Amino acid sequence: MRLLRIVPDDTKFDFMRFRRISFPLSAIMSILAITLYFFHGLNFGIDFKGGLLMEVKTISGPADLASMRSTLSGLGLGEVQLQQFGSPDDVLIRIAEQPGGDAAQQAAVTKVRGALGTNVNYQRVEVVGPRVSSELLSYGVIGMMLAIFCILIYLWFRFEWQFALGAMIANVHDIVLTIGFMSISQIDFDLTSIAALLTILGYSLNDTVVIYDRIREMLRRYKKMPMPELLNAAVNQTLSRSVITHLTVSLALLALLLFGGQAIHSFTATMMFGVVLVGTYTSIFIAAPILIYLGVGRGSDALTRPEDQDEKP
Amino acid sequence: MLYFTRWKAAAIILTALVVCLCAVPNFLPTATVEAWPKWAQRHLVLGLDLQGGSHILLEVDTKTVRKDMLETLRDDVRRVLRDARIGYTGLVVRGNGVEVRIREGANAAQAREKLNSLSQPLGGILSATGQRNLEITNDGDLYRLTLTEPAIVERVRQSVDQSIQIIERRVNELGTVEPLIQREGSDRVLVQVPGLQDPTRLKELLGKTAKLDFRMVDTNVSPEQAQQGALPPEDELLHGAGKQSNQLYVIEKRVLVSGADLTDAQPGFDPRTSEPIVSFRFNTSGARKFAEATQANVGKPFAIVLDNEVISAPVIREPILGGSGQISGNFTVQSANDLAILLRAGALPAPLTIIEERTVGPGLGADSIAAGKMSSYVGAAMVVLFMFVTYGLFGLFANLAVAVNVAMIFGVLSLLNATLTLPGIAGIVLTVGMAVDSNVLIYERIREEARAGRTPINAIDAGFSRALATILDSNITTFIAAAVLFYIGTGPVRGFAVTLGIGIITTVFTAFTVTRLMVAYWVRRWRPQRVPL
Repeated sequence: MRLLRIVPDDTKFDFMRFRRISFPLSAIMSILAITLYFFHGLNFGIDFKGGLLMEVKTISGPADLASMRSTLSGLGLGEVQLQQFGSPDDVLIRIAEQPGGDAAQQAAVTKVRGALGTNVNYQRVEVVGPRVSSELLSYGVIGMMLAIFCILIYLWFRFEWQFALGAMIANVHDIVLTIGFMSISQIDFDLTSIAALLTILGYSLNDTVVIYDRIREMLRRYKKMPMPELLNAAVNQTLSRSVITHLTVSLALLALLLFGGQAIHSFTATMMFGVVLVGTYTSIFIAAPILIYLGVGRGSDALTRPEDQDEKP
Repeated sequence: MLYFTRWKAAAIILTALVVCLCAVPNFLPTATVEAWPKWAQRHLVLGLDLQGGSHILLEVDTKTVRKDMLETLRDDVRRVLRDARIGYTGLVVRGNGVEVRIREGANAAQAREKLNSLSQPLGGILSATGQRNLEITNDGDLYRLTLTEPAIVERVRQSVDQSIQIIERRVNELGTVEPLIQREGSDRVLVQVPGLQDPTRLKELLGKTAKLDFRMVDTNVSPEQAQQGALPPEDELLHGAGKQSNQLYVIEKRVLVSGADLTDAQPGFDPRTSEPIVSFRFNTSGARKFAEATQANVGKPFAIVLDNEVISAPVIREPILGGSGQISGNFTVQSANDLAILLRAGALPAPLTIIEERTVGPGLGADSIAAGKMSSYVGAAMVVLFMFVTYGLFGLFANLAVAVNVAMIFGVLSLLNATLTLPGIAGIVLTVGMAVDSNVLIYERIREEARAGRTPINAIDAGFSRALATILDSNITTFIAAAVLFYIGTGPVRGFAVTLGIGIITTVFTAFTVTRLMVAYWVRRWRPQRVPL
């Protein structure tokens, strides 16, 4: 049987030359993403904004959004957002956080349940009070920083500080671009988005580490090879793996995106963008070439431990 | 790298097999599994997002706890000073403490000593720290007793513990399956009730403090007079409960008998009017107190007060000596039943506020399970096919390793009695996508080594040994992210972190052992002349 060969053997792409394009491109994209974040903002979901979210299914026939809207608007609960999704009898109701603390949120649920009565099935009801929402947000931000910090420390121990720094720049770049994507697409930003961001972080690093591992190995073996040439060789040698792994992850994500249902849709869409689009690009075009500028040392201990010396092939 | 001793190979196969077998109880009918010994019954728990149910996060009202502590302290100060016949003025609660001015001429040293007797070392887990519940300072004859922060924290902690017990009793009365009630942080209680569709009744049961008092109605002052400012200091003005909330009562603050003295409460019907009622029985001391109070007050009305609302205010027609009675007060069958539950379970030490509620209906849960299954099958099928097309025989090895991997994930999750959520399923699907990465790394490395001129066996050996270091490095970074996510996440997100983390461990395990064993066996058996990659 002839096997599928996606990436031919012995590719010799000059990835490092692309840094003259990829670095400015990434800088512009990052600035754009940050600008978007500040001026367009994220579509904070109920987890971080507090309030009420109800998913209801009408019992008799398709939902009449107009009449539901007028019923609910009459309750004096501020802005009521209704949205149809999935089948015509599924309606998502969002009501902003009520002033007056936690008890007010509960009062609002009772009112909505009273108004909709038994005409609908309640598929999902979520009520998040003001205190919980602000805590969840700060946990999310702290968790993000903690993860980056822990990974940085690990890489510092395992490699050298230049690698750790390079990986972190690549990382922050991924997260910034993904946040930009969330802002443009106005995907719900909730707890699962934090999970998505952290997973993107993990996977993107996974990829970066694989390339860095190869770079380290080559640094030990080819002591005199110029840095750009060495980096190119490392990326080219791992290219087949990078492409195949991203294809398998994309296949898994595609299945989740198509069949995983509404509840994890924003999660998978974010992952698709972060892991597949940004992650791969970053490892090859940012994480590797940035080592040229960070001055990876060749004489340092980490690279010349005798037991790590490669035997002659 | 390709040589395994017989024992090592056996140990690897045995480990994988045992862990995989742990997943078996999940796929058998519950009845079959229940006949097994307890240790074999461990299985996955479906998260509320998959099986439907209610998640309610409650917070103990710290302000009320603090207020109660301060009022008790004020009463204590009054008691010790009175008992010692020390004159005082201006006994007030101020800020976090109580202030009192000792009258001139009183014995200052004795006053100080009496007040000091109120300061106790903290009990419980804080007893070793030597901290006390009060700080006493004085400025001349003005004494200030301040509650220390650890004392308040300790009391809040106790309140949460008591609340958990009472909530358990209340929730169990609903007859639900395996409710989960646990402490969250210092002042919160998490209640999860699987399968509950409409949490309204649960919330009503949780939201009530259920502090029941029997007190006298003050007939000397009418509610109208009281509203105009003629309320005596020993009385308070209370509303009626429910529909009678417009009705006002002047009720004595003094409690004749409290709900703590109840031993039982049952819903029932009044034989004459067939209205729903709640009948109750006091313990011995409650019965005695109630008998004394009713004997002394025949012909006067007394009030049954629940959470500072008057349920009813009947007139005492004759002394009630038997220690039992009944409450009637415009109940429905349901509300009488609920009140009986609340009275049996006891009063909460402080009010609880619902700060988060998430309820998933069973329909949506079933949809999510179906979506999870569908995406898992499709995702796995695509990855398996892709691996076979790309790597042929070695692709089959990889697929077999992934199958073992997924079975092991289920096994470990079952061993831990972990909760499977929809994001958790997503975590497993992602693991399938990522697990083959370890095989990809190994195979690509083998190809490289073979192209560099090594013999097939040599190339395979070198490929494994070099790729495994990379696999370990790259997976540890993802594992750190999963660990952080587990730490900060709740509910479904935590479920994702669990499967992701376990998936990483099993992936590394299968890459190091199962895949290697398969390839090693194949190499020994067929002595390949070239690498089939």
